[in-house]
Amino acid sequence: MSVVQTKTASPPAHDPEVLLSVRNLTKYFPITGGLFSRTVGHVKAVDGVSFDIRRGETLGLVGESGCGKTTTGRAVLRLVEPTSGQVFFEGRDIVPLPKREMRALRREMQIVFQDPFGSLNPRMSVGEILEEPLIIHRVGNRQERQQRVRELLDVVGLASYHIRRYPHEFSGGQRQRIGIARALALNPKLVVADEPVSALDVSIQSQILNLMEDLQREFGLTYLFIAHGLNVIRHISDRVGVMYLGAMVEIADADEIYRQPLHPYTEALFSAIPIPNPTVKRERIILQGDVPSPVNPPSGCRFHTRCPIAQEQCRVERPALKESRPGHWVACHFR
Amino acid sequence: MATPEAHLSSPPSLPLVEREGPSREWKTFWSNPLAWIGTILLTLIILFSFVGPVFYPASPYTPHLNAALAPPSAAFPLGTDSLGRNNLSRLMIGGQLSLEVGFAAAFVSMVIGVGYGLVSGFVGGVLDAVLMRVVDVLYSIPSLFFLLFIDSVFKPNAVLLVFVIAMVSWFGVARLVRGEVLSLKRRDYVEAAHALGASNGRIMLRHLLPNVMGVVLVSTTLQVANAILTVAGLSFLGLGLPPPTPNWGQMLSDSMNYMFQNAWWLIYPPGFAILFVELCVNFIGVSLHQAFDPRLRR
Repeated sequence: MSVVQTKTASPPAHDPEVLLSVRNLTKYFPITGGLFSRTVGHVKAVDGVSFDIRRGETLGLVGESGCGKTTTGRAVLRLVEPTSGQVFFEGRDIVPLPKREMRALRREMQIVFQDPFGSLNPRMSVGEILEEPLIIHRVGNRQERQQRVRELLDVVGLASYHIRRYPHEFSGGQRQRIGIARALALNPKLVVADEPVSALDVSIQSQILNLMEDLQREFGLTYLFIAHGLNVIRHISDRVGVMYLGAMVEIADADEIYRQPLHPYTEALFSAIPIPNPTVKRERIILQGDVPSPVNPPSGCRFHTRCPIAQEQCRVERPALKESRPGHWVACHFR
Repeated sequence: MATPEAHLSSPPSLPLVEREGPSREWKTFWSNPLAWIGTILLTLIILFSFVGPVFYPASPYTPHLNAALAPPSAAFPLGTDSLGRNNLSRLMIGGQLSLEVGFAAAFVSMVIGVGYGLVSGFVGGVLDAVLMRVVDVLYSIPSLFFLLFIDSVFKPNAVLLVFVIAMVSWFGVARLVRGEVLSLKRRDYVEAAHALGASNGRIMLRHLLPNVMGVVLVSTTLQVANAILTVAGLSFLGLGLPPPTPNWGQMLSDSMNYMFQNAWWLIYPPGFAILFVELCVNFIGVSLHQAFDPRLRR
């Protein structure tokens, strides 16, 4: 197991501009086998991830399938319990909080899911779905709650007569609007958007993205936006973090990272974005081999098995995330 | 970067019209012919058993020994049994007990099974393993032995029968519910409820229970007939409810002795009564399932 920890130099917790601060977050899922379900290994889904999100900004998290970005999002909300690490929300580490306090804190942090079909209870009407968070946190009386539900429907662009409909009567995009309205019901500060548009048609994707941007402006929301669509991430993010095999390899302002990626993996990833101009030919960086298994990740730098510039050092020493340029953090020995 | 579809951001208009809210389930229910057939027939059977004796007050107990095993006639519309008792009266009175025991036992076993399965599946882990092994062990005890044991220790009466039958028939429901819950609790909407800060009790009652009730209702309807037949089986072994109070199951098993004397009037009435109750309850169960599951609603 690698003991080298990735650290960022910025102080956690104290800067009031920082809403969420994640330090050395890890999540190992045990693999059980044999007759008595012994633990025979671990899937190191997230292995030492650190980042900050400032108030009102959108941090985009990109990476291939299985790189741990979804697990990171859920661990931040403690929907999966982190194996270790700290998650500072407004300066307070929420990982050790008892369940009771955590439940109260859930008003502040919400999630929008990828699958608009699985994320709404088919037995509950839209009104019931949107009222539920208000009931759980004892907000207002019945009338006030109904009023709030109508407001929410309006905010996400649905009509108040939808209130009695059931989820299966809506299209994917409309369902996603309902999911967003539910997340907003309690006026959260942080919204983790877990691939909120990946399951939607392209034309609907932009509607939902624009809606999320409008809502961010209107309510001062902070987003942790997880996606694998590079264009989507670029469109919505202020800053972008790139993950590979459970580790954050690079994090920088969106413009900066798209213009000049530093990490060889980011380079290869972004070279896959097509240029909408047939006369310009981009040099595609094709990586060799497959992503190694997160059960037994490579020693040293996670990426060294496929890296075009890997040296002996990379096999041995895991590179820390360091500020290579102002605001541009990269985990590579040579960049 | 603006995507080319950005101008589409206005919400799509909906051609659907607003529909009625809470009563919609029942409307759907009544739009199903099976629901009508089941409800009407079951009502008739219940009326027959509970109100019938008022209009046909002939005693089910008085033996007419000179007319024993008489085929249907004007005096005895459904003939008489081996002791010459009025078969029609017996069918009415017998229905009371069979229906009461059948429905009550099915209901009790549903409540136990749903609660047990819900907790086992939701909590998971060690508790789930323990609870399910308990079910395995109970399953491995032949229910007949258990019934015989209880029946011989206590003096059988209707209430005891209800609980004893429920005790041997809830495992199936518990396993069914647990299996459903195991898959349901991984759904995003359950995770969303966690994310909203919902308590475990709330998640079980609001999110899991309504979603397992569909399968539970259908299996419970099967349980009704099962309970009626279990009473019959016990009666056959002489361990059912003590005579002279008749019940359909007992009447059916008694009639077997006279099969070769062509006493069809003793066999068909209780047999069809059980069959029809089973059919009606099942029709109603399936219609309820369709009406209350929004995805199946047309």
